[in-house]
Amino acid sequence: MALDKSEVEKIAQLARLHISAEEAEEVAGRITDILALIDQMQAVDTSQVEALAHPLDVVQRLRADEVTEQDRRDALQELAPASEDGLYLVPRVIE
Amino acid sequence: MEWETVIGLEVHVSLSTRSKLFSGTASEFGAAANTQANIFDLALPGTLPVLNKEALRMAVRFGLAIGAEISKRSVFDRKNYFYPDLPKGYQVTQLDFPTVGKGALSITLGDGSEKVIGVTRAHIEENAGKSLHEEFHGMSGIDLNRAGEPLLEIVSEPEIRSAEEAVAYLKKLHSIVRYLDISDAIMAQGSMRCDVNVSIRPKGETELGTRTEIKNINSFRFVEKAIHSEVLRQQEVIEDGGKITQETRRYDANKDITTAMRSKEVENDYRYFPEPDLLPVEIDDSFIEAIRAELPELPDQKQARFIAEYGLSSYDAGVLTSSREMADFFETVARVGNDAKLAANWVTGDLQALLNKNNWEITQSPIQAERLGTLVARIVDKTVSGKIAKSLFETMLDDPAAVNDIIEREGLKQVTDSGAIEKLVDEVIANSPDQVQQFRDGKEQVLGYLVGQAMKLSQGKANPGQVNQLLRDKLKT
Repeated sequence: MALDKSEVEKIAQLARLHISAEEAEEVAGRITDILALIDQMQAVDTSQVEALAHPLDVVQRLRADEVTEQDRRDALQELAPASEDGLYLVPRVIE
Repeated sequence: MEWETVIGLEVHVSLSTRSKLFSGTASEFGAAANTQANIFDLALPGTLPVLNKEALRMAVRFGLAIGAEISKRSVFDRKNYFYPDLPKGYQVTQLDFPTVGKGALSITLGDGSEKVIGVTRAHIEENAGKSLHEEFHGMSGIDLNRAGEPLLEIVSEPEIRSAEEAVAYLKKLHSIVRYLDISDAIMAQGSMRCDVNVSIRPKGETELGTRTEIKNINSFRFVEKAIHSEVLRQQEVIEDGGKITQETRRYDANKDITTAMRSKEVENDYRYFPEPDLLPVEIDDSFIEAIRAELPELPDQKQARFIAEYGLSSYDAGVLTSSREMADFFETVARVGNDAKLAANWVTGDLQALLNKNNWEITQSPIQAERLGTLVARIVDKTVSGKIAKSLFETMLDDPAAVNDIIEREGLKQVTDSGAIEKLVDEVIANSPDQVQQFRDGKEQVLGYLVGQAMKLSQGKANPGQVNQLLRDKLKT
């Protein structure tokens, strides 16, 4: 399966990555190589293998429902480029 | 052409845990902006999620209540998209292995019939924050208090066939999650939200038509109106020879129309993959059975018990079990009043009318259950007549005095003294010679008029049964 430039552009857009036109060609080639590797892996018969959700063979530890964090808004908002009235400000987004 | 409407609902309820789904930050409604947003919720580097056991327990509790399959192993996934109120750039949810599998709930329709609606699944996921788009010098303000709050998304099968059924399903869901005490489910506050998938098809057709999704409707009434308006729009499009586009729409309540939002990103674009920061969740039988053992009496069970134990109609029992608070209120009135049917009549009648008029919930009733129960008890022991009880009820609204004291003070006691009633009856007979003659000539229905006159004379306080009997006795002689 080969990936073309327009598909690379779409994936870059979804991932919010800027890729120039020249880079897109090169990236398309690299992703195509990766897909070739995946094709190879998919050719293996895995019908007897249980799906793996996580490489570690342990299960999730659960946390008691307790509030352990204090409000640190003022300190945290000092890290942000802009805030006002307790809100973090970001470039305007409208759907 | 005759059309059939096909509806599936995706309902999000916020689980009322004390802390967030994956962090120990408080998860209360209405806190000042970003005071419940700490390093994990802001997705600062190096932070890792730890699953809240209570959120998992609540999801299982819901699953058991709707007779659903509970997965002993569930897996969290990342759903990737970019929006400023989603700091991590992905929402943690459950795609292929949700905690709650197939279940069902039954709804009652306007004509009293029952219908079972399948629930496809219910999965645990985290909420996003909130974006505010006004008044920040051309910037958007972000409040991340809700970010990471636990949600249960409950997905129905496309088995709902009308707006009425959709609302009945939602109300049932609302009632169940509140009975279970796993969510406030207040639509106006966003702790219950609903996305509606709607399509239409010619009646008799078995293939589904192309659906549209109406996002984030925040009241039962708007769900109903949005569906009506969207169904009409789809009919017009198709009847004019057009095609329905699969898209996300929003409902504009002011104009009563739906309008298209951004074109729905296709499923793959969310690039789901298993969340590497969380291990698979495993629960065992003892975890599930402990939760099952603690399940409260649910609306359907309560309704059946009210019918069997109190002899109520299915309709009244349904109304009285619509919320746990309503059911508790009724049971107190019935216990204190010592007459369940009369108690049901008062709660679903005069009290409900009063609540509706003022848009109050049962918890806001100005008359407490014990007081209404005392009123019923005084009707049962014939201290007051049913008619006087209505004005007593009115008085009780503004008068906090004990019910028995009001009856005493206002002189509302029913006259059952036969001597006094005989005097009333004699007076009526003397004042209505024409009607008396008509009755004696065989015109039975005149008796009603005469009883009415006697009641009026007693200012409603005479016992109508006694008046009736005495009048008959006297007129026959």
